[in-house]
Amino acid sequence: MTDSPQDDLIAIGALTDTVPQSPPTSRARDIWDQFRKHKGAMLGLGFLVFITLAVVIGPWLWTVDPQKLDIRNKDMRPIYTAIWDSSAKTSWAKPLGSDQLGRDNLAQMIAGGRVSLAVGWAAMLLSLFIGTSIGVLAGYFKRVDGLLMRTTDLFLALPILPLLLLAVTLFRQPLREFAGSPEGGMFILIVTIIAITSWMPTARIVRGDILAIKEREFVLAARSIGTTNGKIIRRHLLPNVLSPIMVSAALGLATAIITESALSFLGVGFPSDYPTWGKMLADAVVRMERFPERVMLPGIAISLTVLSVNYLGDGLRDALDPRTRGR
Amino acid sequence: MRLKSLMLGAVATAALAPAAFAERASDGEVRIIYWQAPSILNPFLSGGTKDVESASMIIEPLARYNSAGELVPWLVEDVPTVNNGGVSEDLKSITWKITPGLKWSDGSDFTSEDVKFTYEYCTHPEGGCAQLTKFGGVTSVETPDPLTVIVNFEEATPNPYGPFVGGESPILQKAQFENCMGAAASTCTEENFNPIGTGPFVVTEFKPNDVITMKANENYRDPAKPAFATVTFKGGGDAAAAGTAVMETGEFDYAWNLQLAPDVISEMEAGGKGVPVAGFGPLMERIMLNNTNPDPNLGPDERSVVRPHPFLGDPAVYKAMSMAIDRPLLVEVGYGQAGKPTCSWVPAPEAFAYSDVPGCDVQDIEGAKKMLDDAGIVDTDGDGIREKDGVPLSIVYQTSTNAVRQDFQALIKEWWSEIGIESELRNVDSSVFFGGDPGSPDTFQKFYADVEMYANTFNGTDPQAYLGNGLCDKAPRPETQWQGENISRFCDEEYDALHLELTQTADMAERQRIGRELSKMAFERGMMIPLVHRGRLSAHANSLGGVDLNVWDSELWNVADWYRIDE
Repeated sequence: MTDSPQDDLIAIGALTDTVPQSPPTSRARDIWDQFRKHKGAMLGLGFLVFITLAVVIGPWLWTVDPQKLDIRNKDMRPIYTAIWDSSAKTSWAKPLGSDQLGRDNLAQMIAGGRVSLAVGWAAMLLSLFIGTSIGVLAGYFKRVDGLLMRTTDLFLALPILPLLLLAVTLFRQPLREFAGSPEGGMFILIVTIIAITSWMPTARIVRGDILAIKEREFVLAARSIGTTNGKIIRRHLLPNVLSPIMVSAALGLATAIITESALSFLGVGFPSDYPTWGKMLADAVVRMERFPERVMLPGIAISLTVLSVNYLGDGLRDALDPRTRGR
Repeated sequence: MRLKSLMLGAVATAALAPAAFAERASDGEVRIIYWQAPSILNPFLSGGTKDVESASMIIEPLARYNSAGELVPWLVEDVPTVNNGGVSEDLKSITWKITPGLKWSDGSDFTSEDVKFTYEYCTHPEGGCAQLTKFGGVTSVETPDPLTVIVNFEEATPNPYGPFVGGESPILQKAQFENCMGAAASTCTEENFNPIGTGPFVVTEFKPNDVITMKANENYRDPAKPAFATVTFKGGGDAAAAGTAVMETGEFDYAWNLQLAPDVISEMEAGGKGVPVAGFGPLMERIMLNNTNPDPNLGPDERSVVRPHPFLGDPAVYKAMSMAIDRPLLVEVGYGQAGKPTCSWVPAPEAFAYSDVPGCDVQDIEGAKKMLDDAGIVDTDGDGIREKDGVPLSIVYQTSTNAVRQDFQALIKEWWSEIGIESELRNVDSSVFFGGDPGSPDTFQKFYADVEMYANTFNGTDPQAYLGNGLCDKAPRPETQWQGENISRFCDEEYDALHLELTQTADMAERQRIGRELSKMAFERGMMIPLVHRGRLSAHANSLGGVDLNVWDSELWNVADWYRIDE
């Protein structure tokens, strides 16, 4: 025992809480701070916002009809070609040139991006919904686990191309009438097919996480006070598996865009005069040597979009994981 | 050093040898590339063009078509006709006189027995002969002496030049194939890969689906031919690679069937090592008009079966649709020098073609509009689309998936929209579209659309069977499992009667007149809208001489005349 008042002060000081240096922060703020540290993810987010804005408000700024043929002005080069080749056929009226039938490349890029991104987002959301539901059900309710997971295995074995060919044959006419236009019907068809062939990885990841989390004490505690299954899932389980879901959402978006482009490239799906990035690419391949930009523009657009989405997913995973946060 | 100087001397001598004194095997090697690889050298066991054409360098028919589509004697003295007594008055038999002194490449004599054997080989009941139709209607083949062959037909045959004529019906050597009859045919690998023939070359090695190497036939009938000592015949790859190999890099001397857009071809030609050559057969790209109602609300046994179409049967509509099309522009966009505007169902041979059609190669949008206005087909509800009796002129326009066809669809859709006809485009994968599966709704035979675009052609020079595709009873329908060649379901009593007349007419000039008349009916009475007369495009090296592209027979029909041009 000491009687020194100074010693007392030190003892008391050790007991008092140290006041935090910075004001308290929300969880969202923490995630954002962590996310900002990931340069690739920031660039990815920036590009995705840019491309989304470009295709959403682009048609109001650049009002040329992408399907309008202008055969006199066919095979125009992009305006930047004039820098090194003054004899090239260029015009400010067609800043990215025109294709073999005189359709404006810029307008086609914008319209094609709209389709690609719309298909990507819609298919991703649908596949996320299916995958998460199946994953949660399989992980939480032991009775349906076997059945649902074997169904998942079954779907993993489905080949997308033959399935799509079959679906186009069977459902084109009914869907066309349902949607009111051939494009609308095809949109529903392609989104559905991509979604039902890509939800399986999400379901497996979610099921694995649910299996682990549902045995934890806080779930036991919730159950012990009589919380219903539905509420346990919504309040306790789903928020805890959000980070793998977000990551697989980002990857799913990328896969959906690539799949849509591949389908258009193969000439399956949308009507042939309906521009998409994959369709532009397919048209341009035989003239690749003379008009490299017609392959490069849609190709780079697809690659950059997918790359940026992947980086975004990478950044999200780091930011959403509390263990890596603050490092 | 001695060897080197010797070789240099030899090269110098070879270079100095004047080309005029052409002699057999003096021009070294010729390299041919087909982007589809031959798998067998017996055309009776394969219908593939690649197999028929590669074999045509080795085995030959009695007579064949030249590049103008005329029948020329090949292993015979002349082409039998009614006038020279070779064809009997009742048109039931034809007598071929074989050129004396012909030898097989193994040195034995070529006789009428070999010709008769070929008939027996192909018509053997247990054999699956791919060229059986060539012998359709033949009752017997007689050989009164070693140089005479008489072919007897069951009925009067105005065109008796089926058996033993053309690259698809060459003569096989009896001694070689005697033990390969019927079921044994496909097991005779050695014979099928190395046939003994009368042609300018003989096989030294055959690698199926890859390369054939050949050397000059020492017993070939013309002692000065062939000019080349060896042939390397490479198969495989794709059309673009084959075109590049001949025109840009110069690795090959001849490339077959380059199905590429005109600007792609001209880009290759700029390589300067070779030139493309085009030949025109009867291949024609057309839009077929559906004469039945393809309404999806009809049942499966009524859709595209019941007549009439709600508006396509009106001459004002289909004539206006045809007038709105700019055919020269379509040619420029899709085929370049391998295409010509046409309005004739049978565009070749020339004598059968319905040519000089007024307005065929000019676009007339205003005239088309006026025609529709005059017929009372106007836009009544202000949506930009005309209506006939309340039915809007809105059509489904389908074709197979192919870059050029999709360009055509886009252009034609635009032109039709200018005259107030709305179209919805649809493209179907080629293997499905031309697959003929009665269970699929997307085949061109089912025709579940208002109009559809594709190309068709026929073999040989006589269009009688081809024109028969317009007969009323040839329409595909559920009872026929949707098989049948009358795709547009055209049905016209006058047409049927005129075609019957054609089958009973032997006089050539009269047959040609009837043929032209039938083509004209197809165009003017709403069977189809002809678009482009398409050619076959191949390419040869600048240093390869003697190439004469033949679309009526094998492209390699005159390979014996090919030679090297000294540079």
